[in-house]
Amino acid sequence: MNNLHTWAIIAVSALVTALLRFLPFLMFSDSEKTPRIIKKLNKTLPFAVMGMLVVYCFKDINFLSYTSFLPALIAGALVVGLYLWKRNTLISIASGTVCYMLLVQLIF
Amino acid sequence: MKRTFKLAFKDTIPVLMGYIALGFGFGILLKSAGYGVFWAFFMCLTMYAGSMQYVAVALLSSGASLVTVAITTFMVNARHLFYGISMLDKYKNIGKRKLYLIFSLTDETYSLLCNEKPHIPKAELPNYYLLVSALNHSYWILGGVIGALAGTLIKFNSEGIEFVLTALFITIFTEQWLSNKKHASAIIGVVASVLCLVIFGSDNFLIPAMIVIALVLCFCNEGV
Repeated sequence: MNNLHTWAIIAVSALVTALLRFLPFLMFSDSEKTPRIIKKLNKTLPFAVMGMLVVYCFKDINFLSYTSFLPALIAGALVVGLYLWKRNTLISIASGTVCYMLLVQLIF
Repeated sequence: MKRTFKLAFKDTIPVLMGYIALGFGFGILLKSAGYGVFWAFFMCLTMYAGSMQYVAVALLSSGASLVTVAITTFMVNARHLFYGISMLDKYKNIGKRKLYLIFSLTDETYSLLCNEKPHIPKAELPNYYLLVSALNHSYWILGGVIGALAGTLIKFNSEGIEFVLTALFITIFTEQWLSNKKHASAIIGVVASVLCLVIFGSDNFLIPAMIVIALVLCFCNEGV
């Protein structure tokens, strides 16, 4: 493939990504004219979106195979449990990740 | 400013671990497709979209048409539309830096910035947003460049390290759950996503899930 096409692919992908990020700000630049429904969304969306992102992270897990879902389930539970106990983001994330790596590398 | 930098750095440590690991993986993949460190740097700098850059390697290798590239990018990254909608207020009246803040609004940066920040003085918030965004961006570039440079030299069994970003999202989700009395919105997000995942499959569920979430949130009563 020639060099020009490489540049073009990267440029198009970068532009579409940026467009998706900028679009809401371009559409609703004037807060006076922003529909009430969007203002409402802007308060409630973060909660729904984080739920969506968590599901997104687990999307490729096969729930019919325990070697696929057990490591994620155990490590995920550890993250939540530790967070409820210590309320410390770094402890939760570090412990959960080390636990997950050990499980997928050594056990499953 | 120095204090804000410390706070921003501390808050981005999970992203540092995740981005170096995933950026590294991207660099290796890109290199194996025949594109060296320059391309890794350039793509991390200009696209700055984790999963999409992995997809882009496949598009580059197959010499995909530009229409295919545009449609694929749209499908993979459509969720970013939501990030903008919920940052409209936070990014209001913060000057020229706004352009960069919007450009660099990835999943992880959004997760770190979408909640209230009681530990940051109000006057320092714009600086804090900028620092978090720029630090995350630099981690990603660093990971990609190291991966393309040294990917084949470094032997380290990193299988599973991508879980660090999953863990980040889980803790933020848990924190939001604990700090709010109302859980309807969080539940809608999870249930709609799981249902769409079951119906549409893992490659196509995000856009239907976004539509369902937006519709349900719009038509629910004020109590959500």
